[in-house]
Amino acid sequence: MSNGQGQATATEPRVESTASRLRELVAHLRQQRAQLREEWARLITEAQLLTAMTKEEIFAEATSVYDNYVEALETGTYEALQAYARNLSERIIPRGVETHEVVGIVLLLRDVLARSLFAKYHEDFTKLNRILDAYEPAANRIAITVAVGFVQERERIIREQQEAIRELSTPVLQVRERLLILPIIGVIDPQRARQLTEQLLRGIRTNRAKVVVLDITGVPYIDSPVANHLVQTVEAARLLGAIVIVTGLSPEIAQTLVNIGVDLGKMNTVGDLQGGIEEAERLLGYKVVLTRESAAQPA
Amino acid sequence: MQVPILKQGPYLIATVQSALTDDDLKELRNVLVEKVGHLRSRGVIVDVTALDVIDSFATRTLRDVAHMIRLRGAETVIVGIQPEVAFSMVKLGLTLEGVATSLDLEEGLAYLGRPGKASGREGRSDTG
Repeated sequence: MSNGQGQATATEPRVESTASRLRELVAHLRQQRAQLREEWARLITEAQLLTAMTKEEIFAEATSVYDNYVEALETGTYEALQAYARNLSERIIPRGVETHEVVGIVLLLRDVLARSLFAKYHEDFTKLNRILDAYEPAANRIAITVAVGFVQERERIIREQQEAIRELSTPVLQVRERLLILPIIGVIDPQRARQLTEQLLRGIRTNRAKVVVLDITGVPYIDSPVANHLVQTVEAARLLGAIVIVTGLSPEIAQTLVNIGVDLGKMNTVGDLQGGIEEAERLLGYKVVLTRESAAQPA
Repeated sequence: MQVPILKQGPYLIATVQSALTDDDLKELRNVLVEKVGHLRSRGVIVDVTALDVIDSFATRTLRDVAHMIRLRGAETVIVGIQPEVAFSMVKLGLTLEGVATSLDLEEGLAYLGRPGKASGREGRSDTG
């Protein structure tokens, strides 16, 4: 990533003038600060951006964005702006601010400033051109910096949430003495499959389980590596002396497994979770008896 | 390293204490097959809790032990395979087919002493 100084070394005299033009530009923007900021905040409200925030908040943010913007133009360094953008994103993402809003307000500011330049230099077209030459690349850089900062922050949050979901996603529950249930919801990716195996085997050991019901009703699809991994997990559980009963294979998954030729002979499958638990109870020698005659049907 | 073999009622219990060489394994196999007839045992438990690696030779030997002992009229159960060991064995395709396995010694004894074929886990030779 070059930061604007990349082009600088190429043509010295031009740089000189670009720098002086930027200085002129910054001076102009500082002078017009109050008015332009006002105008920008008005446009934001008008365009119905940042609806999650109050007017005062928008104005306060607009002020600091404006100052950071001008500073980035002046110094040609974007670190401070980047840090600010990240900080801003951290604050506004939880409030439901969308990407198009952030990009929108930065582009609005760019337009507001460009308009003020048109107004100021409208008599001298060549000068306007030169000022815009200096202004536009810098302004675009700023817009990109802010937008990228926002998106990166969002992605970071998404990654964190994925982690959290992953950690929560494979509970090992004991329903009876020596009987465990692992309900699995959502897509199993290789990493999750590994985690599943670990938790299952560890669960068998710590709970001294004899039978484990692995319920995959909530799994939309399975690919062949994951299917093979499941078969291996079932085998490994057997080596620990436990029987695994897989329940809730959807018709789609059943078809996929047969089509890709996974060897399911070693797997104990039962239609649904209830059937799985009943089978497990049978294997463990439990017998469920209704105690009240009045209940619908004897077990 | 020799594996101590204890007689416990009608059962033999071989507790592996540390990593075994191939010769140790063969020795263990021979001693078990010999003793099971000698002591008129009904079942054999091989406890591998202490092993953190079970390679293909060990797996094959354990399977052979189980099959030989079955021919000698007794049952074998392998107990105490660690979770990590179990999974790496399966990854390598070493699934101890047709051999009964249990969580630990206690489970193994319960398996051998089960009435009929109730709660225990049959070793499976069918692969569907």
